[in-house]
Amino acid sequence: MDLLTDYTLRTVALGAAALGLTSGALGSFAVLRKQSLLGDAISHAALPGIALAFLLTGSKATPVLVAGAAVAGWLGTLAVMKITGATRVKEDSALGIVLSVFFGFGLVLLTYVQKQPDASQAGLDRFLFGQAATLLHRDVLLISGLGAAALLGAAIFWKEFKLLAFDPDYGASLGFPMRAVDVILTTLLVVSIVIGLQTVGVVLMSAMVVAPAAAARQWTDRMGRMVAVAGFFGALAGVSGAVLSSLTEHLPTGPTIVLCLTGLVVLSILFAPNRGVLWETVRDRRNRSRLHMDAVLGNLDDLARHHADPQHGHAAAVLEAMHPGAHSELREMEARGWARRTGRDEWAITPAGRGEAERRAGLRGEDDR
Amino acid sequence: MIIAPEQEIQWIAAVTAAACALPGVFLVLRRMALMSDAISHSILLGIVLAFFATGNIASPLLIAAAAATGVLTVTLVELLHRTRRVKEDAAIGLVFPALFSVGVILISRYAGNVHLDVDAVLLGELAFAPFNRYSWGGMDLGPRTLWVMGAILLLNAAFIGAFFKELKLTTFDTALAGALGFAPGALHYAFMTLVSITAVGAFDAVGSVLVVALMIAPPAAAYLITDRLPRMMALSVAIGVASALAGYWMSYLLDVSIAGSMATCTGVAFFLAFLLAPERGVVAVARRRARQRWEFAQAILTIHLLDHEGSPQAAVESRERHLHEHLRWAPDFARVVVRRAESAGLLTRTGEHLALTDEGRASARETMANV
Repeated sequence: MDLLTDYTLRTVALGAAALGLTSGALGSFAVLRKQSLLGDAISHAALPGIALAFLLTGSKATPVLVAGAAVAGWLGTLAVMKITGATRVKEDSALGIVLSVFFGFGLVLLTYVQKQPDASQAGLDRFLFGQAATLLHRDVLLISGLGAAALLGAAIFWKEFKLLAFDPDYGASLGFPMRAVDVILTTLLVVSIVIGLQTVGVVLMSAMVVAPAAAARQWTDRMGRMVAVAGFFGALAGVSGAVLSSLTEHLPTGPTIVLCLTGLVVLSILFAPNRGVLWETVRDRRNRSRLHMDAVLGNLDDLARHHADPQHGHAAAVLEAMHPGAHSELREMEARGWARRTGRDEWAITPAGRGEAERRAGLRGEDDR
Repeated sequence: MIIAPEQEIQWIAAVTAAACALPGVFLVLRRMALMSDAISHSILLGIVLAFFATGNIASPLLIAAAAATGVLTVTLVELLHRTRRVKEDAAIGLVFPALFSVGVILISRYAGNVHLDVDAVLLGELAFAPFNRYSWGGMDLGPRTLWVMGAILLLNAAFIGAFFKELKLTTFDTALAGALGFAPGALHYAFMTLVSITAVGAFDAVGSVLVVALMIAPPAAAYLITDRLPRMMALSVAIGVASALAGYWMSYLLDVSIAGSMATCTGVAFFLAFLLAPERGVVAVARRRARQRWEFAQAILTIHLLDHEGSPQAAVESRERHLHEHLRWAPDFARVVVRRAESAGLLTRTGEHLALTDEGRASARETMANV
């Protein structure tokens, strides 16, 4: 492992980590507000800004291009808000229009730039797909600086953002300017997206916003923890993706990071405590078998009560008729000492079984017998 | 018959735009616009896999595999959404980047030197379409893309024609459709297969991102112009075709990306509809609001005058300058309202004194009665 010694790898890994941390943390707000795909629109909308920034300044320096991307991404978001606010066109269509039209216009500008005789556009299209290997030390400083600023902003406006995510009407009634809060949050989201374009590219950047938050959501119900876990997942996937792609030839960094994130999401959805699908399945099965046992034990108890001799055996077929699948429960009860065989497939409840039946009825609140 | 390549490109552009606009109408109405984005990206994986299987970039199997991947995308999104662990928008945002990433990785690892690069998939290259032709018995039948998109256009028209009632019902009233015994699920998947096939055909020409522009922007523009579904479909096709042709000419004049220009023109078309649509456009809405504002002010003025008519305070209350105090109107605003009311014949002015005409009295009473 030459993570500590290889300059390029260290640069890429640090950049990806800073990026994953920022987009994961800020993406949490977007995901909670059902704005997961806003990130997709913002990253696509940034393209014309990159091309225009280059056309206007003639500079390919990352800060210039990132500034152009941020302005365009922000305008794209504004366009989405205007379209949904002023017309009956819904948010999904507005996002689709903004992402594809802005991107198309960006292509027009890029092909126009390509024609300029003096200006080689090389380096501009790295934003399309992301080329983590082109990251320089100063790019990482820029990513980390802007990322830290965005995170600081989120910390300062923590309470306001929380209100915006969960109950904007309540926030407004408390006197918070919720529209302004929305604009600030969106601006920070734009920042966290444009700093990632160079590393993972326009198309895959949306996953950096959605996936860490979606994974983190499974592990906790608390906002603060979710933001922290999402930032951690983002950074983890960033470093893992950078290392994996450096170990294997022809393994592009951006897609590798995205697949690491996908893995985290799948693991979280399956195995996270409480919310994990696996635990739910186990819980469901346990509950169901408990209900079956309740039923068969109760039936056997009832039969015993209505018979002169409580120790009289009852045919399994009768119990099976009262509750299909009783056979396996009877064997289970035998193993626990709650029932015993009195003949060939005849069963009687034991005193321990009666105690258990009464206890369970009590738990169900049926102590009126 | 020999057609110049430029004309062939325009035909391809127009047919592609029309083929995309038709299913796009239902995507917009069903609030599934972003499914087109997801599908158009994830089909890359199907294309790559089918290419590895056949070794032939022109094999029809590619279209079938890509369409299957589109349906897989829809299925995965639903599956993920149904776990109730993530919202639908997040599910979309998780599925397509993952599938797209696998596609990109497969290309860069195993298909480095073949004609299958991510640029072409994302951006398309309409300018090269005329070079790839069908011929039969030595006879040139025209560009492959035109045949493929023509077939897809017919398929879309036929499907929507055949299932128009069902599509309409499931779009506008899913519950009723289910109650009547339609299978919205089957129709949904059939329709998404259609969207996938359209995306596959079109991405070859205009790239996966711009498929979204052609599918969503024209129907959204049409949605602002009309309330009737058949008219919305016709308008969508017209706007799509016009944008495609305008885009072609823009790219020709500026020597820039054709697909990018087409997408830009769909954006311009939507923006024009956004501003100028007859009833829902921003301009029409603003004018209606302004008119209502003046009418409301006039009504208030006539009621105010009627209220004080013949009373001892009339001399004071019915002066224009007094409106400032009583109705809290800015002097300029009050002056315009008075002038408008006067020219509408609702009142007469003698010096500073305002007096209602019979018409003004009648209008004030009518307003009060209606409140």
